[in-house]
Amino acid sequence: MSDATPVPEIVAEEPPAPALPTPLDGLAEAFPDVAFETSAAGQNVARVEASHLVEFAQAARDAGFEMFVDVTAVDYYRQRPGPRYDVVVGLLSLQHNTRLRIRVGVDGDVPAAPSITRVYPGANFYEREVYDLFGIDFTGHPDLTRIMLPDDWEGHPLRKDTPVGSVPIQFRGTHKVQ
Amino acid sequence: MSDETTPEDVTSAPPDEAPASERERRQLQDMWAAGTEEPSWVTASTAEGAQLMLPRDQASPAEVAEEGGTLVADDRLYDEEQYEEETTILNMGPQHPSTHGVLRLQLELEGEIVRRVKPVIGYLHTGMEKTGETLTFLQGPTNVTRMDYLAPFHNELCFSLATEALLGVELPPRAQAIRVLMTELNRVSSHLMWVATQGMDLGAVSMMIYGIRERELLLAFFEKTTGLRMNHNYIRPGGVAADLPDGWEEDVAGIIEAIPQGLDDYHDLLTHNPIFLGRTQGVGVITPDECYAYGITGPPLRAAGIDWDLRKAQPYSGIEQYDFDVPLGEHGDVYDRYRVRMEEMRQSLGIVAQVAESMPAGDYRTEDLKVTPPPRKRIDESMEALIHHFKIFTEGFKVPAGEHYQAIEGPRGELGHYVVSLGEATPWRIHCRTPSFAAVQALPIMMADQLIADSVAIIASIDPVLGDVDR
Repeated sequence: MSDATPVPEIVAEEPPAPALPTPLDGLAEAFPDVAFETSAAGQNVARVEASHLVEFAQAARDAGFEMFVDVTAVDYYRQRPGPRYDVVVGLLSLQHNTRLRIRVGVDGDVPAAPSITRVYPGANFYEREVYDLFGIDFTGHPDLTRIMLPDDWEGHPLRKDTPVGSVPIQFRGTHKVQ
Repeated sequence: MSDETTPEDVTSAPPDEAPASERERRQLQDMWAAGTEEPSWVTASTAEGAQLMLPRDQASPAEVAEEGGTLVADDRLYDEEQYEEETTILNMGPQHPSTHGVLRLQLELEGEIVRRVKPVIGYLHTGMEKTGETLTFLQGPTNVTRMDYLAPFHNELCFSLATEALLGVELPPRAQAIRVLMTELNRVSSHLMWVATQGMDLGAVSMMIYGIRERELLLAFFEKTTGLRMNHNYIRPGGVAADLPDGWEEDVAGIIEAIPQGLDDYHDLLTHNPIFLGRTQGVGVITPDECYAYGITGPPLRAAGIDWDLRKAQPYSGIEQYDFDVPLGEHGDVYDRYRVRMEEMRQSLGIVAQVAESMPAGDYRTEDLKVTPPPRKRIDESMEALIHHFKIFTEGFKVPAGEHYQAIEGPRGELGHYVVSLGEATPWRIHCRTPSFAAVQALPIMMADQLIADSVAIIASIDPVLGDVDR
C-alpha cells in the first residue's frame, strides 16, 4: 500500500515572518524625485519618470523585489491632464512580503517607454502584449512584435479611442474586397 | 515536370529589400510560395510573419538567448560552438493534442534535442479585458470566469475582492466561508484535471479516465450550487449569488470521502511507476531564480523549494483561520510538481472539511444596500425595493475612483486582477495577471536542451489553460 513506500516526504513549513524593514525606505532615499504613494487599500505605488525606469527597476530588484509580477498599461484618454498612458509594472518581494507598483506616464503619437527586460526577463511577453494592445513602444526590447493579434492587424484595441463592436473583423490571409 | 516554365521565368530575381506595402508583400509572397527562390526578407514559410522564430543568424542575440532558455541561468550558457550541427525548426501546435488547447510552439531541434523554443500564443484571444470595460462591476464576474475555465471560482473571487477593496465593503462570515469552500473545491477539481492530462500526456491514458471520474463529483456539486458546471458567476462583488443548496453537508462529506480514495489510486498508479519516474524526474527543471525572473508562482515555484503561498503570505477571504500546510518540493522538476499538486489536493480537502464543520450561520452577502439587491419577498411588497433591484441590475453601482491590484493563490499560481475605476459603474480598465501566461513564457527555460519527447511532459506540468493565457 502507499504508506509503506520510501518516497521522500514533502516537507511543509511555516510561512516566513515578514520581520525585515521595508525595502521602500532605501529606494525613496536613492531616488528623491520618485513620488511614492499609498493607495486607498494600502498598496505601494511609485510614480517614476520614463527615463529613470530601468535604473529604478534595477534598484528595486536589488532592494528585495525579486519577483516580477506583470507589466500592463492604462489609457486615460481625455480623463486627465498630462500623459495619456500609464505603464504599470508590478513587483513582489517575497522576503519582505510586500508589493510595489511602478507607474510610468507616457504620451505621444507613438508613446515609448524603456524596456525592463534586461532587469526582469519575464517582462518580455508582457511588454509585447502592451505593445500589441496599446501601441506603446518599448525601446530596447529584443523582439517587440504583436503577441495576441496577427502581425498584420491594424490598430491597438485596448486604446480608449478604439470603439467596441463597430470594427470589422480582420481575418488574416484574405484579400479585402474594396 | 509537365510545366514548361521554370520558376525563374515567373520572377527573375527576388528583391532584396523589403517591399513597401502590405499588398505588395503579399503578392511577392504568393509568387515566392509558387516555387521561386526565397527572398532574403521572407523570414518564414507561412504568412505568420514576425511572430515566428527566426533562423538563428537573423534573430537578435538577446532573442536567441531567451528562446534558448539561457537569459537567467548561468549554468546553461549559450555556446555558439555547440550548434554547428544542422538544426531543424519544427512547428508544434496549435492543433496538437498535448498542448492543452491552442498553444503553438516553435522548436529548434538538433536531432532529438530541443535547443530553442518560441511559444506563439494569441489563438484564443477574444479581447476579454476590453469586454470587461463595457460590463458593470456586477456583470464583471460573468466575463472573468471564462478566462481560466478550469478555475472559474478563483477568477470570480479575485475580481470580486478587487471590487470590494475599492468599495470598502465588509463581508459577513458565511459569505467568506462559502467562498473559501468553493475555491478550495475548485482547486481540487482543477488539479484533478491536471493529473488526468499529465498522465495522459505521458501515455497513462487510464489516468485521464480516473481523474475525470473524480472531478465529476465536484462538478456535480458545483452544478447543484450554482446551476452550471463551469463559468458559474457565483461569487460576485458583495458576496455570493445564492446560499448553499439544501443537503450540501452530505455532498461535501461525500466528496471528502471519495476524492482521497481516488488520490490513493493515483498514488499507486503513478508515484512509483518506473516509466512515470523516468519521464518526470529531472525533466523540465526550473530554479528559484528563474521563477523570480519570469514571475512563476504556484506549484512550479513551490516545487522548486520556495515556500510561498498567497493563502499564507497575503491571506484573503478569511482563509487564515483554517489550518493547512504548504507542500514543497526541492528539485523543481516535473515530478516535484506532481508531488506538490497531489499533496495540495489533500490539504485543500482538509480546508474544505474545516469549512464544512465550522460554517457560520448568517447572510451569504453583505448587508450594504449599495451592492446587494433587496430580498425577493421585499420586491413583492415595496415599490422602492423593486426600483432598487432594477437599478442595481441595469445601471449597476458606482465604485469610488481608485486602482487596486488583488492577488489570490489560484491553482496555477498568482492570479491577479488590476482594476482601475474612475468612479463609474463600469471599470475603466481591468487587467488580469494570469499565471498561465507567465508559465508559458518560461517554457523555453524548462524545455531547452531536453528531449523533444519530454516537451509534452513539461507543458502538462505547468498546467497551462490557454483561455487564461490569451484572454
